[in-house]
Amino acid sequence: MDKTWNNKAWFMVLPVLVLVAFNAIIPLMTVVNYSVQETFGDNVFFFEGVKWFQQVVNSERFHAALLRQLTFTFTILAIEVPLGVAIALTMPRRGPWVSVCLVLMALPLLIPWNVVGAIWNIFALPDIGLLGRVLNGIGLDYNYTRQPEDAWFTLILMDVWHWTSLVVLLAYAGLSSIPDAFYQAAKIDGASRWAVFRYIQLPKMKRVLTIAVLLRFMDSFMIYTEPSVLTGGGPGNSTTLLSIDLVKVALGQFDLGPAAAMSIIYFLIVLLLSWIFYTLMMRNEERS
Amino acid sequence: MRRLSWLAPVLYMLFLMVPIYWLLTMSFKTTNEILGAFTLWPRNFTLDQYREILTNPVWYRGYINSIIYVSINTILSVAVALPAAYAFSRYRFLGDKHLFFWLLTNRMAPPAVFALPFFQLYSAIGLFDTHIAVALAHCLFNIPLAVWILEGFMSGVPKEVDETAYIDGYSFPRFFVKIFMPLIASGIGVAAFFCFMFSWVELLLAKTLTSVAAKPIAAIMTRTASASGYELGLLAAAGALTIVPGAIVIYFVRNYIAKGFALGRV
Repeated sequence: MDKTWNNKAWFMVLPVLVLVAFNAIIPLMTVVNYSVQETFGDNVFFFEGVKWFQQVVNSERFHAALLRQLTFTFTILAIEVPLGVAIALTMPRRGPWVSVCLVLMALPLLIPWNVVGAIWNIFALPDIGLLGRVLNGIGLDYNYTRQPEDAWFTLILMDVWHWTSLVVLLAYAGLSSIPDAFYQAAKIDGASRWAVFRYIQLPKMKRVLTIAVLLRFMDSFMIYTEPSVLTGGGPGNSTTLLSIDLVKVALGQFDLGPAAAMSIIYFLIVLLLSWIFYTLMMRNEERS
Repeated sequence: MRRLSWLAPVLYMLFLMVPIYWLLTMSFKTTNEILGAFTLWPRNFTLDQYREILTNPVWYRGYINSIIYVSINTILSVAVALPAAYAFSRYRFLGDKHLFFWLLTNRMAPPAVFALPFFQLYSAIGLFDTHIAVALAHCLFNIPLAVWILEGFMSGVPKEVDETAYIDGYSFPRFFVKIFMPLIASGIGVAAFFCFMFSWVELLLAKTLTSVAAKPIAAIMTRTASASGYELGLLAAAGALTIVPGAIVIYFVRNYIAKGFALGRV
């Protein structure tokens, strides 16, 4: 659609701008302000320049948390996206079951995040939780509060449980936009199941999958509430993701300067990676 | 192979339902039964936990608080997003693309980064521990989302509709409310649903910005856990009740949920 040039449209955007800027720019400035200062309490601050940034960038603790964060994000992306697409492909396309499927699948998305954490916290307990009992019952030595590997397994399983439905819903929306005529044409041509997927369904889903990957990437990078309720970052520091570490520093130790510097670096990493994802996938789209 | 393809979604849904089933059965068990024995089905079926939550103001006020700020946020987000999305879908103006990307970056900001500055900001302007504070704070990620979804739906409406209305002598506000909004009604529904959902499930900011008067139910659950030992049955019942509003809302918009994102432009 060709749009008319009209600078008065700014007035229509103004309320949004004011509200979002109030919530985004003032807090961001506060964070920037802290990140360059040192305080010993009593609201006395000293200018410190980039000291905190150097400290954060060079700290082993930050590197470890970042590595855990990246591992987590890419693992859940690698599981949730293919799984979500597979489920969407096998879902019924019409009939009474469609509504049932959609409502049931969307249910985990609507549970408050700390309740999600609490559900899994109890569900996976080795003594009174169903999952823990079953896993131990089949002979595995499973205890997510003691063994780091088990904590990771539970964390990833929880995220798959919580968010795969989002990918399913999006992929399903993409699939239902394909006209029946496409499938009939493919049938006449004798196209294999794989060819139908590769040349009809996948291209149609590309747009929604881009959105799904971006959303899942951003949200999993910011994840805080669920893991903090499930494992609290433990055992030890084995599941301390970036945001958990950040909150530990900011609210636990009240080291405002380092916490603020860490916030900014964290935010920049999310921005940068999202931007890379975005451009890569857009370029792919243009080429095809 | 084709015959068995219904198996995948069924297995997946089973996987989704098992933890929820566990929560529900726990909410009907007494705390002693939960801790004492491993049972798949409540042996001493009890509704005491639900009774406690629905009669004790400490508990049920949490639900009321959550519903109040979620509603304010949803109405506010959609109301300001409507004209903005219209501007983005119909006009080009100075800096429009940058503005759109900037809006989306706020969706990317980790709430953990903003928790402390939000606390100070809302304390400074005297809104700490009010429903308004949480509703305003959640605008940070809900307004960009609403603009994004609505813009997609609005771009689907041909521009001729606007032009015809102007020729017929409609003023802009009248055209917008009487003609345009009914055309994108499902889009408004979807945007409202997503705002509701993200505001309902978010806890970190809601917890940071409240202490007593506007404390959300999810935060009350964490507090009770530490205050009165580990009342697992009560927690399970409270958790089960937090699913209800979402389930009701999703039933109404089930046919449009997926469309919302599918139409939004990246």
